[in-house]
Amino acid sequence: MPVIENINELPKVATRESYGNALVELGKEHEDVLVLDADLAAATKTGTFKKVFPERHIDCGIAEANMTGIAAGLSTCGKVPFISTFAMFAAGRSYEQVRNSIGYPHLNVKIGATHAGISVGEDGASHQCNEDMALMREIPGMVVINPSDDVEAKAAVKAAYQHEGPVYLRFGRLAVPVINDRPDYKFEIGKGVTLKEGKDITIFATGLCVSEACLAADMLEKDGIDAEVINIHTIKPLDEELVVASASKTKRVFTVEEHSIVGGLGAAVAEVLGEKCPTKMTRLGVKDVFGESGPAKELLHKYELDAEGIYKNIKSSL
Amino acid sequence: MNKLELQKTAVEVRKGIINGVHSAKAGHPGGSLSATEIFTYLYFEEMNIDPKNPKMEGRDRFVLSKGHTAPGLYSTLANRGYFPVEDLLTLRHTGSYLQGHPDMKHIPGVDMSSGSLGQGLSTAVGMALAGKLDNKDYRVYALCGDGEIEEGQIWEAAMFAGHRKLDNLVVIVDNNNLQIDGPIDQVCSPYPIDKKFEAFNFHVINVNGNDFDELDKAFKEAKATKGMPTCIVAHTLKGKDVSFMENSVDWHGKAPNDAEYEIAMNDLKKVGDALCQ
Repeated sequence: MPVIENINELPKVATRESYGNALVELGKEHEDVLVLDADLAAATKTGTFKKVFPERHIDCGIAEANMTGIAAGLSTCGKVPFISTFAMFAAGRSYEQVRNSIGYPHLNVKIGATHAGISVGEDGASHQCNEDMALMREIPGMVVINPSDDVEAKAAVKAAYQHEGPVYLRFGRLAVPVINDRPDYKFEIGKGVTLKEGKDITIFATGLCVSEACLAADMLEKDGIDAEVINIHTIKPLDEELVVASASKTKRVFTVEEHSIVGGLGAAVAEVLGEKCPTKMTRLGVKDVFGESGPAKELLHKYELDAEGIYKNIKSSL
Repeated sequence: MNKLELQKTAVEVRKGIINGVHSAKAGHPGGSLSATEIFTYLYFEEMNIDPKNPKMEGRDRFVLSKGHTAPGLYSTLANRGYFPVEDLLTLRHTGSYLQGHPDMKHIPGVDMSSGSLGQGLSTAVGMALAGKLDNKDYRVYALCGDGEIEEGQIWEAAMFAGHRKLDNLVVIVDNNNLQIDGPIDQVCSPYPIDKKFEAFNFHVINVNGNDFDELDKAFKEAKATKGMPTCIVAHTLKGKDVSFMENSVDWHGKAPNDAEYEIAMNDLKKVGDALCQ
């Protein structure tokens, strides 16, 4: 039985769209929600919010460092600002502003980073941020969430609002299958989701790699390999209990992420297992290189982050 | 407070700066002393604040964008009654709440953590924007260094403040003309400071930043200015009132030893005594 039925026929939504839509819902419920953008409202999809709440949408122009500081100041006055720009600029350009103006005073600012990873596609390496989770994970008190689909992304935005303190939300440009549209779906910050139980190996996946990992598990099943598939939507705080429990059961771990294998999910899992449950593991992701231009799908294939690439890498590692 | 009272208070603030930095054996006296009249005027005359209720709703806000001059801010807050003046002796000590740079989480009266140059003004702009969005009448003050405004983020913030016509925001530039590596016009000149802020749609006022009469006039003019933010370019003397620190780049970030401490305190005592005659 497949991990998720008919993945390829499911509707597809880019999580940046989910972000824009979730902000509108949040804005209706909470007057303190403000959305800041840096001349990318059409791309980050905060334009959706702007249409409904023009007075609560602050365009800061192409000045991400200042936008980050403004959000910090707004939050000290009781607002709940969502900063919106590409991951490259949210986590990259404004790293030190996030660290010092938001992280250090632990302010209640949410960072909605869109266009993360190589699936940015044609814009190429300058705009493909594969380092953002590593940067954000290092900041004390920062929550880092990388949702896998539309349902999870919207739930994450709501949960980020409810959480008191800084949250980094990672969204993608590419439309991905809506895999979590089921009645029993529940989102909780810091709690991984077991999509399939298995006994031979564990695949910890995050973001758009979750659906690809599910397909890879289906392929492995046919070869007689029983893979446990776990969606780690929260990179920090990591669900250490679940990671250790699964690793101690299967004794062979793979991590899959559309992010550098340095500093992201793979690193977070390795840190925990190294200390608490040493387990042989393989990190699948962007292998410490810059990306390149090309259609997103082709790049995910080339960098072996689609189902076929994940399957091939797992098979050759076993 | 009348002018004489403000002047006497400034002497006490300066003593607190020297005490703190001497006890810490580190810190930034020069720029704390140049801005002492600014700190004193803001906290003892200008701002709507309550030391007994530091988080008072609707209070005026202050952001020390040039966060390394924390000794000046802390001494002002202590003298204003936010915390005991004796605590200034714990400045920069392990375990003390008086961190080397302003820490809003642990220091009563500090509205924003700061210290990484260039970042504070943006946060002040955010506070001013919140006031406008909520139709509140509190005012926001940000103190920047003249070297600090070499940071590009300052001008991003200035552009936004001018664009949004944040007339509840006052930026004060402590123009003491010295930064760590030397005179600012020799390191990487930010001059003309006034014309730059004018070009970013600020109302600009040049004053002697060590003169309470001029500061009083400038802050009243800022309050009366509508439709644009105000920038007060405060021409000051770095290290003011401590003889060997005055206009000396060496005292940007250095603590006096015991002998120097005695001289400094004696200098300040003389200034205080002169005011009592």
